[in-house]
Amino acid sequence: MMNGSAMQVSEVSRPRLPRGVRLAHNEAQGGWVLLAPERVFKADAITVEILKRCTGETTLAAIVDDLAATFAAPRERIHTDVVQLLSGLAEKKLLDLG
Amino acid sequence: MTTNGVALSAPLGMLAELTHRCPLGCPYCSNPLTLDKRADELDAATWARVFREAAALGVLQVHLSGGEPAARRDLPEIVKAAREAGLYNNLITSAVGLTPQNLAALSDAGLDHVQISIQDSDAASADHIAGYKGASARKRAIAKEVVNLGLPLTVNMVVHRVNIGRVQAMVELALSLGATRVEIAHVQFYGWALKNRASLMPTREQVEEAVRQVELLRAKHQGRIVIDAVVPDYYARFPKPCVGGWGRRSLNVTPAGRVLPCHAAEVIPGLEFWNVREHSLADIWRSSPAFVAFRGTDWMQEPCRSCARRDRDFGGCRCQAFLLTGDARAADPVCHLSPHHAMVAELAADRKDAAYAYRTS
Repeated sequence: MMNGSAMQVSEVSRPRLPRGVRLAHNEAQGGWVLLAPERVFKADAITVEILKRCTGETTLAAIVDDLAATFAAPRERIHTDVVQLLSGLAEKKLLDLG
Repeated sequence: MTTNGVALSAPLGMLAELTHRCPLGCPYCSNPLTLDKRADELDAATWARVFREAAALGVLQVHLSGGEPAARRDLPEIVKAAREAGLYNNLITSAVGLTPQNLAALSDAGLDHVQISIQDSDAASADHIAGYKGASARKRAIAKEVVNLGLPLTVNMVVHRVNIGRVQAMVELALSLGATRVEIAHVQFYGWALKNRASLMPTREQVEEAVRQVELLRAKHQGRIVIDAVVPDYYARFPKPCVGGWGRRSLNVTPAGRVLPCHAAEVIPGLEFWNVREHSLADIWRSSPAFVAFRGTDWMQEPCRSCARRDRDFGGCRCQAFLLTGDARAADPVCHLSPHHAMVAELAADRKDAAYAYRTS
């Protein structure tokens, strides 16, 4: 039931959190959360690292390169994880793919 | 952390009822039948303190509501304080009373999200339901301003017997206004809605058709708009996990500062509510008698006490249990395991097209 190409992330996408979606840290809730209209998602360490790089300035390719270098992980695997996370968030209107 | 042997969790959301004043008269208003007076409303400085205490307690989102929150002239100051406390702030508004100018001021103050109620996709019907001529046109105009400012918009559509057939048109209206989220909220029967139950109650067939329509619309518009539906519990087999469990995930502060586990809790006799003027929010959350009363599962009777679902739906809604059975500790009678369940079907069948008893202040 994917709704066509609108949700597809490409190497030149410049993803960013839209207005009304914010990463926040709350001690009492035990860490990072993604806040959105009527929704709250716990954000694990990997999600936080990815979303912190979604500034609207950086391309997907550069985000993946950066993560692969920072965490000394295979680019292929990082790419799969990032695309999966970002397209899932875009589908829920929690991310602009740019 | 535990109190009285019950695990204490951190609340996630807080409903801040800034005022009970409202220009509309919706016959399903969730405000109590006896409204807090303007003279008793908390001032902006007190709200700012409550927001800071809420964030420290774990609250992530504050829903600025009412009444009509825009009836307060100091609303920008209140929004700013919520943002400075680190809270995600969501304005729940009728949009009547908002102008493009004060909306821009709220946006500048750090508003995160706006939810506008629209009473029907048919403008004349919407104005009739709201008891306010011209309301629909004003709401649509302000909704567009919200989107122009770059703020995310949710349209909230309350559905009941006269408008439930227009779910598709409602979703299309929300899309045309630029909303990214729409709530199809079936009336819940508390407060003014309980008073107007016979006029508002849909038929089972209407509800089933509306549920089917929502499924189709979700598939059709996936990726364009999020459709959330609140199901009408009089036709359910199991109760809703009301407020995610009593004193577990959310709290509600009234205009005059009383802190409630849910907005309807004051209908339950004998509960003692504490006020933010006298206690810190953390103390209230942990120790106020009203929050302790139904927290956890120790208060339960059968069939809830030994039910496999007791930690999932928490026995349903305490207010509804009281309103329909006279006992706030009873199972919510919308549950098919409740000995009072047959009564719910009788109440749902009691439908009359009478004139609305509009909410009055």
